Amino acid sequence: MQITLTINDKLVIWDVEKDEILADTLRSHGLLSVKKACETSCCGLCTVWVEDKSVLSCTTLSVRAHGKKITTIEGVSKDAEDFARVLTAEGSEQCGFCSPGFVMNVLAMKKELVNPSDKEIIHYLTGNLCRCTGYMGQLRAVKTYLGVQ
Amino acid sequence: MFTLSDLVQPEKLETAYQVLTNKRNNTILGGCAFLKMGSKRISTAIDLSNLNLNYIKEQDGFIEIGAMTSLRELETHILLREQFNGLLPKAVSSIIGVQFRNCVTVGASVFAKYGFSDVITALLALNTEVELYKGGRMPLADFLKQPKVKDILVRLWIKLDTRQATYLNLRKSASDYSILNVAVSKLDNQWTIVVGARPRRASIAIKASAALSQRSLSDAEMEEAANQAAEELAFGTNMRGTAEYRKALCKVLVKRAIMEVASECK
Amino acid sequence: MNKVGMKSVGHGIRKIDGMAIATGKPVYTLDLAMSNALVVKILRSPHAFAKITTIDTSTAEKVEGVECILTFKDVPKERFTLAGQSYPEPSPYDRLILDEIVRYVGDEVAIIAAVDEKTALQAMKKIKVEYEVWEPVLDFEQALGHASVVHPEEDLHCNFDIGLQKEQNIASSYNEEVGDVEEELKRCSVIVEDVYYPQAQAHAMMETYRAFTSLDHTGRLVVVSSTQVPFHIRRQLARALQLPASKVRVIKPRIGGGFGGKQTGSLEAFAGMVTLKTGKPAMIIYDRKETFSCTTSRHAMRLKTRVGADQEGIIRAIDIQVLSDTGAYGEHAPTVLSCVGHYTLPLYNKTRAVRFTGNAVYTNKMPAGAFRGYGATQGTFALECTVNKLAEKLGMDPTEVRLKNISKVGETFLTGQGVLLGSTTLERCIEKGKELIGWKEKFPSRKLENSKVRAVGMAITMQGSGIANIGTASVELRLNDDGYFTLLSGATDMGTGCDTILTQMASEVLEVPMNHIIFNAGDTDTAPYDPGSYASSTTYLAGAAVVKAAEELKSKILEQGAKFLGVSVQDVEMEGLTVRTLAGEEMSLAKIAELTVLGTGKLQLVSSATHGMDISPPPYVAGFAEVEVDQETGKVELIDYVAVVDCGTVINPKLARIQAEGGIAQGIGMALYEEVIYNAVGKMASNSFMQYKIPCRKDVGKVRIAFEESFEPSGPFGAKSIGEVVANTPPPAIVHAVYNAVGVRVNHLPITPEKVFVGMQKL
Repeated sequence: MQITLTINDKLVIWDVEKDEILADTLRSHGLLSVKKACETSCCGLCTVWVEDKSVLSCTTLSVRAHGKKITTIEGVSKDAEDFARVLTAEGSEQCGFCSPGFVMNVLAMKKELVNPSDKEIIHYLTGNLCRCTGYMGQLRAVKTYLGVQ
Repeated sequence: MFTLSDLVQPEKLETAYQVLTNKRNNTILGGCAFLKMGSKRISTAIDLSNLNLNYIKEQDGFIEIGAMTSLRELETHILLREQFNGLLPKAVSSIIGVQFRNCVTVGASVFAKYGFSDVITALLALNTEVELYKGGRMPLADFLKQPKVKDILVRLWIKLDTRQATYLNLRKSASDYSILNVAVSKLDNQWTIVVGARPRRASIAIKASAALSQRSLSDAEMEEAANQAAEELAFGTNMRGTAEYRKALCKVLVKRAIMEVASECK
Repeated sequence: MNKVGMKSVGHGIRKIDGMAIATGKPVYTLDLAMSNALVVKILRSPHAFAKITTIDTSTAEKVEGVECILTFKDVPKERFTLAGQSYPEPSPYDRLILDEIVRYVGDEVAIIAAVDEKTALQAMKKIKVEYEVWEPVLDFEQALGHASVVHPEEDLHCNFDIGLQKEQNIASSYNEEVGDVEEELKRCSVIVEDVYYPQAQAHAMMETYRAFTSLDHTGRLVVVSSTQVPFHIRRQLARALQLPASKVRVIKPRIGGGFGGKQTGSLEAFAGMVTLKTGKPAMIIYDRKETFSCTTSRHAMRLKTRVGADQEGIIRAIDIQVLSDTGAYGEHAPTVLSCVGHYTLPLYNKTRAVRFTGNAVYTNKMPAGAFRGYGATQGTFALECTVNKLAEKLGMDPTEVRLKNISKVGETFLTGQGVLLGSTTLERCIEKGKELIGWKEKFPSRKLENSKVRAVGMAITMQGSGIANIGTASVELRLNDDGYFTLLSGATDMGTGCDTILTQMASEVLEVPMNHIIFNAGDTDTAPYDPGSYASSTTYLAGAAVVKAAEELKSKILEQGAKFLGVSVQDVEMEGLTVRTLAGEEMSLAKIAELTVLGTGKLQLVSSATHGMDISPPPYVAGFAEVEVDQETGKVELIDYVAVVDCGTVINPKLARIQAEGGIAQGIGMALYEEVIYNAVGKMASNSFMQYKIPCRKDVGKVRIAFEESFEPSGPFGAKSIGEVVANTPPPAIVHAVYNAVGVRVNHLPITPEKVFVGMQKL
């Protein structure tokens, strides 16, 4: 069926299957930053924003996104690069496969939390799994990026 | 892999209900987090997004929560943070992650009656009613006991009382399912002790709750109530723990929860 | 060479691919696949052990959009191994692409290729298979001498004797003894022993296994694969598909983690087979469930360990007996087994006798394979737990026992055949770790108010750097026509950053900025041979090859530069992208390139090097854990983890730190959370991130890394390895801390709250 979306500030009309998930729809339209790594809604790699909130695009049926505003990392490239510069300065992207989803959630957090503590940062980002880095370097990068101690 | 032949987004509950009861494998969609794990073949999926069921509000002495409200909203809503010592935010905050909680809905979490549910355990410790489209309003405890029916959970009603409450759980990894979860509340002298993820679904330890309500709350009596809860409830074994361990945990967590609520009350 | 005054080496430089991957640029396997590729799916065995009696694909083949369905009848009959190892591989050749016998739940039965996933799955359902179900071997302690033989086939092949005895279900056995252990133990005043069970662990890299295959314009098979071992995959596919290796090209793009999992060629052959049969591009992606249950895991083991010491606490005898569960196939079975001893026995070299014996047995479960640590992890767990127990029995501080017994520079060890230890700062690592964790104040434990106890524990470990006499690395370097350089390497960056550190080393030697070097790797058509990213090799071996090649090219440039400038080579040096005479005359690299490559020069300046070593210098880690244990529930919370690392010279402090932090987190997962679980009929129950919990952000506590650099004389700029050694200390150190907290020794990993609770009940 046809759905209308605002993808990264651009209005699009796409044909989707009724049981298609948003992650697949986005990838099939060239938004290849969106990664999938589980089938159980618990790794966070596919994180995008729907109406400016972090959601799992693997858990969102594309048809339910009809009429909504969707943002992927391609749509916030300047902010993403700003954070990525800090993240990579720590070396804490490692394999990078979880980075796009992680970056999206960090940017969402930045809008939502003011001057968060370590504990609040960790809590907000718990849904983003990473197998390479052990998370410490990511915490350093996030704190540097947010300018918190 | 699940399949889904059709999807409707009705504007009226009546239409949603009609579609639901039309065919055996027509299904209401919640947050869809567990959809991918099964191989469900859904004929018509019913999306309640257009029914304005995404809200939390205070009304006539109740907190009313629409079925499509996300667990993340439960976690962050000011009303729920302030009421019942933040019981509901506490109970949902360990569930996977923010993105997940932004997706999944309270209506589906309760309607599915999952044994591992954290939110049901917490809601049971409150004076919670569910409102079903056909079945009408009933206490959550009654709803949990009744067999699965084709109906629509529309909203939850939580009595806005001055209850003190807490929620405790034990998990291996912090984002795992609970091995056991416990919610305890006290309103005046009425205690409610709830234990979930046993791994069966949450229940009120009725005898222990009643007994504790009669007592003077010495350390020994609180411990006794916890032991009683462990005796009256049934525990099972799964990958996360044995029945014996759960029973032992029940004693510890219930005791701690009672003590915490008792000290809040002082 | 040393680090003073260096411009690239020793600096925390951002990875050269960092910004692209962190911002989601399309650089991974799936991103590069053609959109018209066939989708390949695998029909898998529901039985742990069975023979296919009939298989009927006729209905399935009629489904519109199905391109091909392959069964055991359609594949070559030459057995091979999927282990990514240098030829001749020690792993037994016990596989076919598809076999008539299925050996675990999930073993491959048929390959389906269709235009899309839905069609492939629909066709899969229509394949009719009948099985003769056999009694499976599920408990690895019962495998030896079990009535069922997992590999009854006649054509099992080993490249050399690895002790395979198929009737006994022994895939490989190993025996080594120096001195007389039984006699020496008799002379010891203190002997401790115990039995340890490190569990199977899943790699759980974020990018699941995947490969994309197609035929190029000359009909060669091109395989884009998320692999750690492109050259081994090429050789493996050539054998499996019965093609000359020259007809196969393997390309490794960016890959989303490997940890040893992608050192086994779990799926390339299935897509390759489809492309060869159909002539069409094909894509295979394992979902998370297949990644958990149809690839490989760490070898689960049972280790019986005995350690004897004299009254002063000098360890005189070590005896380790291993039983290793290799599962249905023998990938890495002999080498992981032998590494248990190789990477533990040299730690303590005051011994007079050591013995290391073991069997790797076949069972009807998912195969085990390579996993970061590669036997050292399991061996370290057993030995270090035993040494901690020894310290207690001796009444000594466990750090003191280590300091008394560890090997020093210039010393040998019993099984080392005379090799002298070239570098170690392990002593300093231990001292530093004690200081950082607060050992003096915290050891062994202190009670808190709320029924909780805090305690500390520790362990040490070593690994190797490359495989002595086997591992080699080749690189080629050239000065391009524009004055920039191209460095061609077969090294396989899997997120670890070797593309960057090899560029750093080249930049250091050539005295040019890093962005003047194009690093090109991961394509078997263009790169010189490299075994791949495993065995903690790349920094040490490929790094040394880069240094050699860069030095050679630099001298060629100086020579040419001197010639053009009309002076002798002794009178020129490289500086700021020029060759300069002592008198100050200079010529730019661009000009030298122009004069050599173009027109009349006819001499492009190139160099190459192949490097291999007859030693494998050990990096070291001293790990210290602080835990808080709830005495009422048994729940263990990790508060702090300190790891002090000797990896020789640290080439890139930022990347080395992340490697260490990530390895520690994986070790924490193994210690506390992770476990591959099977049900009673051999079906894996832990096949998703819901049921198999890798540590999340809240689970790792605080991890702190410090470096105590040594200088390894045989390594590039003094470097040794770091990739694997960092994974080994958490299990024994955390077990030790838990014991110090509540007196419960958890020898069977992971340390679950229930095990601690039950242990406390028994005290």
